[in-house]
Amino acid sequence: MSQKTATKRPVQRSEMSKAQWTWKEIKRNKTAYFMVAPFMILFIIFTVFPVVLSMVLSLTDFNMLQLPHWLGTENFSRLFLDDEIFILACKNTLIFAAITGPVSYLLSLIIAWFINELPPKIRAAVTPIFYAPSISGQVYLIWKTLFSSDSYGWVNATLMDLGFISTPVLWFEDADYVMGLCIVVALWTSLGTAFLAFIAGFQTIDRSMYEAAAVDGIKNRWQELWYITLPTMRPQMMFGAVLSITQSFGFGAIVTALCGFPSVDYAAHTIMNHLDDYGGSRYEIGYASAIAVVLFVVMITCNIVIKRALSKVGE
Amino acid sequence: MKLKKLRTRNHRVVLNRSAGGDIGISFFLILMGLFMFLPMYYVIIQAFKPLDELFMFPPRFYVIDPTVENFKDLFSLLSDSWVPFSRYIFNTVFITFCGTFGNLLIASLAAYSLAKLHYPGRNFLFQVIVLSLMFHSTVNQVTHFIILSAFGWIDTLLSVIVPAMATTIGLYLMKQFMETSVPDTVLESARIDGASEFRTFWIIAMPMVKPAWLTLIIECFKNLWNTGASIYIHSEELKTFNYAIQQIVAGGIARSGAGAAATVVMMIVPITVFVFSQSQIIETMGSSGMKD
Repeated sequence: MSQKTATKRPVQRSEMSKAQWTWKEIKRNKTAYFMVAPFMILFIIFTVFPVVLSMVLSLTDFNMLQLPHWLGTENFSRLFLDDEIFILACKNTLIFAAITGPVSYLLSLIIAWFINELPPKIRAAVTPIFYAPSISGQVYLIWKTLFSSDSYGWVNATLMDLGFISTPVLWFEDADYVMGLCIVVALWTSLGTAFLAFIAGFQTIDRSMYEAAAVDGIKNRWQELWYITLPTMRPQMMFGAVLSITQSFGFGAIVTALCGFPSVDYAAHTIMNHLDDYGGSRYEIGYASAIAVVLFVVMITCNIVIKRALSKVGE
Repeated sequence: MKLKKLRTRNHRVVLNRSAGGDIGISFFLILMGLFMFLPMYYVIIQAFKPLDELFMFPPRFYVIDPTVENFKDLFSLLSDSWVPFSRYIFNTVFITFCGTFGNLLIASLAAYSLAKLHYPGRNFLFQVIVLSLMFHSTVNQVTHFIILSAFGWIDTLLSVIVPAMATTIGLYLMKQFMETSVPDTVLESARIDGASEFRTFWIIAMPMVKPAWLTLIIECFKNLWNTGASIYIHSEELKTFNYAIQQIVAGGIARSGAGAAATVVMMIVPITVFVFSQSQIIETMGSSGMKD
């Protein structure tokens, strides 16, 4: 194991045991630890510790007021066996994630690929149009105006004008529509960091690879994409996948903003909303922690499985 | 061998591109572009519509008699509230500035250490950072509440600023970018000249990764700028501009003009920041890839 560090001579490993060597190396790199420390301290306080704390609290009945009692796995059995709304939320979240995750990922990839075919000046003008909804915060509330439940909503007005409907449809108050609409709006806001990573990925590929490929018999842009571009871009695709999956499980605020809380018949109720309900409103911290733990495990598992699958692209 | 005629664009040979494909792609891009753009456009149009046009049937995608009345209304509506309008804007700007600056400083320092120094535990630390990208931070909001109240930070702006400083996505992108764009040899010669590690970081490495600063800034900025009603803050004078907008929009249909005006004010800032830093951000993203 060769350690390349400048300041002092690296310690010879063979002269001592592994623990001694590690300790020497730690002392020699004190500055490096100082540099990483401020971030790591905050990261541990606000990310690592909260996850661990959730896991512990999920086994208790903590409610911010009384001392917690140990419940074992009771919270989890209550979640899966007695809480019908949670089961509904799980179903909704999975549908939400199963649609928005892959669709937003593919849209990001395809749009980035197509944009990359444009001349640089046009490319720079077009990129912000696709990226803007994801950085503009509350702007998605405009969908509430477009799909407003009265005839001032553009969609209702247009449909009435064309004679498809005679009375306004209550889009965000109808259990048949809320889920679909929330998915559309979520997709609209989803061309974010992953999308930019893909654009960058396409630009880093060496042109000469395509020329060589053309000589070797690649016939069209689809073959180019599959045999050259995607395998070269695999690291970006990984990164994009992680972000898309995380994002697709995290939608909750959009649902509340568009449909109110709870959404009609809980038709668009996600695990995030359920978590907000128990954690933010009812202060059943123990139970809310159990919900958080379930969500955490689902997100991490899904990410790891998809990463495994993606590492096989182009092999 | 039969030579086929090569297509050219600007006198350069274009390989493997059929005209049909070009048309199909343009068509798809225009369609998706409209889907993305029209709602944004509609917000802008709504913001400039006078009251009678806002209530016109059917609603129009253009404005006949544009007015800035809605923007004026926005100011008068907010000046009626018992917390001055400027206070909401100050809170948003303050949160955004402190959080972003703090994140830039400590994340760059950590990124330099993780990218360019070799020490036991380095890979493990980075693995944990990558793992944190795999779940949404709202999972932690319940336990955040407990931690923040232990610190006595509930109902202070610190409850928003400090956790934001530990955002990992900026650190991740910064670290990846440093790895590829700061050559070890340059750092080496600075150290030989006797520069301390902190000095090497500040004088040599940081100026070389300016594109990554901008990327980190926009990643952090977009979240903080859009901070709405935080569950950790209940004092009216500590609420954000975004929260004030939500209150206006909640006022119902009569306020829809002012609501649209407020949304336009909110969205203009991040979009402008992005437009001007676009090329640098894309440059940073070039090294964003994740290894298996």
